[in-house]
Amino acid sequence: MAESLATTKHSGKDTRYLSSLRFALYCMTHPLDGFWDLTHEHRGTIAAANTILFVSVLVRLLKLRYTSFIFINVDWEDTNVFLYIASILLPLSMWVTCNWMLTTLFDGKGRLDQVYMATCYALTPYPVIQAPLMILSNFVTVDEAEFYSAVSVISLVWCAFLIISAMGQIHEFSLGKNLLFTVATLFGMLVMTFILMLFFSMISQGVAYFVSLVREILFRI
Amino acid sequence: MKRRTTIAKFILGLSMSAILVAGAFAVNVQASEDKPSYTYNYDYWEEVQDCPDLYSVARVFTSGDLGLDERMRNPQGMYVRGNRIYVCDTGNNRILVFERKGTDELIVLQTIDSFRGDVDVTTFNNPTDVAVTESGDIFIADQGNARILKLDQDLNYLMQFDKPVDNTLDPKTAFQPSKITVDTAGRVYCIAAGINKGLIKYENDGTFSGFVGATRVTYDLADYIWKKFATQAQREKMVSFVPTEYDNLYMDHEGFIYACTGHVTPDDLRAEKSDAIRKLNLLGNDILVRNGNVPVYGDLYWGAGGGYEGPSYFQDVTVLDNDVYVCLDKNRSRLFAYDDQGRMVFAFGGNGNMDGYFRQPMAIEHMGHDLLVLDALDCAITVFVPTRFGNDIYNAIESFDNGDYDASYASWQNVMQQDGNYDLAYIGIGRALLRKEQYREAMKYFELKYDDDNYSKAYRQYRKIWTEDHIVAIVLVILALVLIPLGISRVRTLKRQIKKSEEELIEFSGK
Repeated sequence: MAESLATTKHSGKDTRYLSSLRFALYCMTHPLDGFWDLTHEHRGTIAAANTILFVSVLVRLLKLRYTSFIFINVDWEDTNVFLYIASILLPLSMWVTCNWMLTTLFDGKGRLDQVYMATCYALTPYPVIQAPLMILSNFVTVDEAEFYSAVSVISLVWCAFLIISAMGQIHEFSLGKNLLFTVATLFGMLVMTFILMLFFSMISQGVAYFVSLVREILFRI
Repeated sequence: MKRRTTIAKFILGLSMSAILVAGAFAVNVQASEDKPSYTYNYDYWEEVQDCPDLYSVARVFTSGDLGLDERMRNPQGMYVRGNRIYVCDTGNNRILVFERKGTDELIVLQTIDSFRGDVDVTTFNNPTDVAVTESGDIFIADQGNARILKLDQDLNYLMQFDKPVDNTLDPKTAFQPSKITVDTAGRVYCIAAGINKGLIKYENDGTFSGFVGATRVTYDLADYIWKKFATQAQREKMVSFVPTEYDNLYMDHEGFIYACTGHVTPDDLRAEKSDAIRKLNLLGNDILVRNGNVPVYGDLYWGAGGGYEGPSYFQDVTVLDNDVYVCLDKNRSRLFAYDDQGRMVFAFGGNGNMDGYFRQPMAIEHMGHDLLVLDALDCAITVFVPTRFGNDIYNAIESFDNGDYDASYASWQNVMQQDGNYDLAYIGIGRALLRKEQYREAMKYFELKYDDDNYSKAYRQYRKIWTEDHIVAIVLVILALVLIPLGISRVRTLKRQIKKSEEELIEFSGK
């Protein structure tokens, strides 16, 4: 303990960032212990969480280009990179806010930034598995495709499992309560989507109304 | 005041530019919807790609052109044997025999309206189809007289095939044979109106030997359960789970029967629950290869246009000697061809009065590579001959089948130079290269057109060869990966031991 304190003092921020990033790998294999220490022992940093998220998004984009065409065929004319980026960022941000909003009301110990950090840490298996898998995909044939899809599914299931256990640890929830709030959060996300869609369609109709009003006035002037 | 005008100008400018953009877009759309080409194909993304014509119309033969004293009326069936064309002039109760003299020359050889023999009726009533054997025997589906006639080439009655004796058939309904085909042994396969148990098969002595190749019957579990609870009256109104009738059949040069049907629902087609076309072996099983990236049911897009909607209705089919089969769509009057792997070779045609368009196409036949289409409303035979592009494609397919991969490669290259959007050319080049054992190049061509199966075939070979060539390097790398960490840990332990002994030595000397 004394030694680790000495090193943090000695080489400052960089080491803390790197060790917190390395800690993501520990969380991957020791979800309960790891995610407890993440917030309670301050082993994680937001910087590392951002890095993991960035790498996950990057891997998702790289996969489009560098996975063998046997597995992913991209119609580049109809591909929107921002949509792919949003496909990770949007559910993530909704999960984080929903989870935080619900758990604060029911004795959750995690703060908003901690929920964000833990969720990002839980994404670690995605880049760690998908990146090598992406390279490997170029060396297999159709017959071996089962292997690819199996490993790919494993990475996603692993992420889901980590997210659930991470939430349990940072909020200090029991297993049953944790699962209940996972379901509640998913439901909350649905409600949120609904409200957002309602909001945007209302706004766009409102804007359209004023635009047409101004046009009409300009036309009469 | 000034500020207001600026804002007004800004908004005006904005709306102006919006209109401009919209206008440009509209022009753009118009330009891209400029007349679609006559021939087309589908690419990997199932988008319609214009294609050079594979066939051009050599000539359209109407009754007048053929010099018939009496106009054809509602001709239903056509058969080609050698350079003779047999047409069922159904409305006039006769069979017309033409001989093809040149690319665009047909002469009337014979008009058959009666025959000699020891039967009550020696004329035809509503003959709907005709088939001719190698030896010249003529088989006629004489629908109005409920029989299939077998005549020799001098029009002498040989025998007839009657309604099958089968207790599953309602004895009250009339036997209405509509389409027939004959195999080399003289066995007759028949499609009859109202019989949906498959093709009626007769032995060459006229005995009925059974039904073959009934279409698949598919239903959901939900449908089934629902039906169990329905009342008798409700049940009668429901769609019954029975096989659909075939519309037409064709026996290819190997003796396989291609049977097509238009009695399919769009939903079933989309769900691949029913087939528009099937290739039947002797047991009546469907052995059609469907490896293409588009399903074998003609048009993929069924939007209403020009008064026509719904899926393609395959009225007839013919199979060229290179196993390319051409299906005739009655709905939009188009011809769809697929190769032996089920990949689309071409699609062309349409409804209309111009040459190469039809009003009610009923039958399709082939003579070599040339295609003949019989139109029942125009009472005309359209003769299509392949263009240079079409010939190149057929050459490529045939030389590949004959094992001449260099020639196939060259032909596909020609095809590709004429149409860079023709996917089969790339796959064809790849397949030729694969057989020539140029795996790396083959992989490139397969990847361009997303043919993952063939790519994997090529890649497996390439990988094998690469591994064999680099086996020494691979073993060395693996050894290095094992030995270097081992060595490092070994050195570390040694160092630790040395250090330890040194410390002990110092301790000892200190004492």
